[in-house]
Amino acid sequence: MRAIQYAAPTTVDDAVALLAEHGENARILAGGTDLIVQVREDGRDTELFVDAKGIPELTDLTVSADGTTTLGAATPCYELYGNDNFCAAYPAIVDAARIIGSTGIQGRASVGGNLCNAGPAGDSIPALIVHSAICNVAGPNGRREIAVEDFCTAPGRNSLEAGEMLVSLTLPSPPPNSGTHYLRFIPRNEMDIAVVGAGAFLQLDGDSITAARIALGAVAPTPLFVQAAGEALIGQTAGEAAFAAAAEIARDTASPIDDMRGTVAHRKQLSYVLTQRALRGALAHAQGGTPSNGH
Amino acid sequence: MAVETRTGRTVKHHDNTYNVIGTTPIRHDGVEKVTGEALYGSDINLPGQFHGKVLRSPHAHARILSIDTSRAEALDGVHAVITGQDIPEPADKIISGGEGDGNLLKYKTENILARAKTHYHGHPVAAVAAISPHIAGQAVKLIDVTYEVLPAVLEVREAMAPDAPIIIEDLLTELDDQVISETPSNIAEKMVYETGDVDQGFEESDLIVDREFSFGVVHQGYIETHNATAHWLKDGNIHVWCSSQGAFSIRSELANILDHPITKIHVTPMEIGGGFGGKTTSYLEPLAALLSRKSGRPVKMNMDRDEVLKATGPTPGGYVRVKLGVTNAGIVKAGYAELAFDAGGFPGSVVGAGCKCVFAPYNMPNAKVVGYDVVVNKPKTHAYRAPGATHAEFASETVVDEICRELGLDPVEFRLQNSAKEGDWQLDEPPYARIGHIECVEAARDSDHWQTPLEQVPGKLRGRGIASGFWFNVGLTSSAIARLNSDGSVTLLEGSTDIGGTRTSVAMQFAETLGISVDDVFPIVADTDSVGQTDVTGGSRVTFATGIAAHDAANDMKQQIIAGLADLWEMSEDAITHRDGTFLTDGKSLTVREAALLLTDEEIFPVGRATVTPERVGGAFTTHIADVEVDGETGKVEILRYTAVQDAGVAIYPPYVEGQIQGGVVQGIGWALNEDYVYDDKGLLRNSSLLDYRMPTALDVPNIETIIVEVPNPGHPYGVRGVGEVPIVPPPAAVANAIHDATGLRLRDLPMSPARVQAALTSQNGDQT
Repeated sequence: MRAIQYAAPTTVDDAVALLAEHGENARILAGGTDLIVQVREDGRDTELFVDAKGIPELTDLTVSADGTTTLGAATPCYELYGNDNFCAAYPAIVDAARIIGSTGIQGRASVGGNLCNAGPAGDSIPALIVHSAICNVAGPNGRREIAVEDFCTAPGRNSLEAGEMLVSLTLPSPPPNSGTHYLRFIPRNEMDIAVVGAGAFLQLDGDSITAARIALGAVAPTPLFVQAAGEALIGQTAGEAAFAAAAEIARDTASPIDDMRGTVAHRKQLSYVLTQRALRGALAHAQGGTPSNGH
Repeated sequence: MAVETRTGRTVKHHDNTYNVIGTTPIRHDGVEKVTGEALYGSDINLPGQFHGKVLRSPHAHARILSIDTSRAEALDGVHAVITGQDIPEPADKIISGGEGDGNLLKYKTENILARAKTHYHGHPVAAVAAISPHIAGQAVKLIDVTYEVLPAVLEVREAMAPDAPIIIEDLLTELDDQVISETPSNIAEKMVYETGDVDQGFEESDLIVDREFSFGVVHQGYIETHNATAHWLKDGNIHVWCSSQGAFSIRSELANILDHPITKIHVTPMEIGGGFGGKTTSYLEPLAALLSRKSGRPVKMNMDRDEVLKATGPTPGGYVRVKLGVTNAGIVKAGYAELAFDAGGFPGSVVGAGCKCVFAPYNMPNAKVVGYDVVVNKPKTHAYRAPGATHAEFASETVVDEICRELGLDPVEFRLQNSAKEGDWQLDEPPYARIGHIECVEAARDSDHWQTPLEQVPGKLRGRGIASGFWFNVGLTSSAIARLNSDGSVTLLEGSTDIGGTRTSVAMQFAETLGISVDDVFPIVADTDSVGQTDVTGGSRVTFATGIAAHDAANDMKQQIIAGLADLWEMSEDAITHRDGTFLTDGKSLTVREAALLLTDEEIFPVGRATVTPERVGGAFTTHIADVEVDGETGKVEILRYTAVQDAGVAIYPPYVEGQIQGGVVQGIGWALNEDYVYDDKGLLRNSSLLDYRMPTALDVPNIETIIVEVPNPGHPYGVRGVGEVPIVPPPAAVANAIHDATGLRLRDLPMSPARVQAALTSQNGDQT
């Protein structure tokens, strides 16, 4: 029988040392809602779980003087939507945190873990992209930063080097008159994986869009930052015409596959529809309203 | 003590009143179930037991060139490895399948463990027993199998084509037991049912609608996975504990597959976490028995979800064509249908039942139905809740809707005008006895749902659909043994696995007959040595047939009590009467309890018993109404409101009937909208998990409103009709008809997934521009 070791370091340095010692058979354990399932299914030759939840830096949720938020990589989803300030500042991330798995899963699952798992359909990743999150990484050679849109490299693969771990995410302070929204399409109403997910960020000056970011999930090997769609919105009047034009770019940028969760044609159409719905939600939030959280 | 859990209402078409029937006592197994004390198959742990695991085919269709088990056998902790060669060479004989479909023993055996070929992805190839599940799992991976991969064929019409890869090399097509193909074919059987003059009927029709439909494979989705523990004793006795819809069926299958005396096989049915027809046959039981014989220890086996979806018995995918002819006044003149169903890797689909159901709700003077049982490289299909009827009636009930639209007829009036009724013809079956289809349609018409117009919202696509359904139900054989205890209570042994609360619904019929409280009846689901022959819990038959056994056993006990009292009182039995639970004679009156005290004190212990095979089963009809909203941008369908009206004959325990109706409807909605086996181009199943095999969750369905109609079945002493299966039949048609009402689209392929609906909307928009 295969025995798996468990370690609970209390500092990032100790965790990095354990990763260095055990190589790729050591796995960082945050909520475990993906990892434990993968190990049970024998998908990974895991020898050691390095539990990150005992490291204060990985479970912190702090706002600095300039409004920048640092989100520990192992912080569970429920802490995000349980924090009123976080909800006001980062609505798209909260939209995602509320729909990952189920209420029970959200008590354990973390946004950092969702990102490291690097699933093309990971709900939090488009939301992090539209919020311009920065990944703070620690490893044998010290610390470095990675823009979140560059973090995932392929399905299930990320840009962490051997011995590296994700420590936290830095979320810039939301600019004034801005809003975000994330939503996904699933055939059912819960306990499902996005057929397509879409996140949007809008900043306004009056009716005019001054900044915009759009990201899609499940339409490419990694969550997709659709930079051109955001740029096309800048200088436009916020509204249906501009949103439809941006959504066309999103649809044309999406390069989905046919699989058991959806077809190419349907995912293209959903990229178009969900981009518009995400933009409407972001606009409502930027204008001080609450977007409807439709599926 | 009683619980009040009714949510719906009852429309009675009789004046019978009862003391126990129709009440809602606390179920006998309720406390055990809700406290977690009830024992399921995986709770069985025997001293010294080993754990078994199965090696499964990674290919959809392959020849097994060699199997080398030496590395697995050498692994520390491994005690037995078996392959197809360890099962006795099957005799060329027919054995009975679960719900009536005959099967060759050799196919059954090869499905349990492959011999020369693997017929589908997940087909068992070898099995291992080891000291732990982990070591067994490791050992399975050490078995070296060399395959010659063969081209796979998955779709029925492709499998029927003359140039299709042949899956069973000596299979010839039969029609009425005569071989009709000259060369090997994937079509195992063709069947033709005909009545009247169908050509003449179409001649007399003003409107003929002829449509084609297709279906994906759908699984029953029971939450408890298959499990079995077997102990092959040194004297040749074999004890088996398993999750099954019928312990006697498992015993009989084991006797055949293992070529072993049936009296030496002892099967104990454990509590069951769902079956829906899928647990009426064996998968692990023979493997556990063979591994036990080889290892000398008890062997316990459990499937995981991936194994259940890949390699148990889902309901077939397939093809249906329905052609219906009517007059301009809306009178049905003729029907023609073709049904081709996946048998899976071996012959024996439920296509015959589908053929006989396709036009069942209607009085059809001229009809012809042709069925094909087709072998494909998918798991051997099996029964699922009204097997075959949902496919067939999805097709016919949407064609009926189309005809009503075309002719401007009210779909309720159309059904009332053409409905089958007592004395009407049935395809290849005796004429209908008293049935309740008209009463169901009337109750649907009069329901709050049908009478309340669907609220339309600007920008939303909303629609309403209606559809009826029929299922035969079955009788088969049931037994009951009742022992009168000294305190007046009764221990009631029965052989029917309790899936839907049948311990209580059967005990209630016993209590009603003997005139005692149901709280004084203690029902026990017994093993195969302790009660008379009892066939599977399937075909909606337990409350009907085992209920008759309980009724007859109660009357037997009543007669024995009278005989005992007559003996004691030295009088003729005729002088003692029984009324409302009291034994009366001149000047004397005894309750059952008082009689029990008196008799047992005199060493008289009445044992009532009955074994029955009732024939007058009483078919079940139902009519459903669905309201939907279609998202015109994404293709997603939401069920806004749903009402199911069903003839239960007489509802013994109305909330259980409602539970069966609601469960069937939810499964039917899952089938309608999302459930589907997704195969890749190599024939490998891609969605063998409950994440990607999308059954509805609680958020995907509204409360299912129910109306119970009671048109008593003349073939049962209290009028019972089976209720468990028919509610799955109408949902896909009701939902499809509602989608049409909302969008103008006719969807004829299940599931009506968001991608399919979206594609149809896109081409509809394209047609308009």
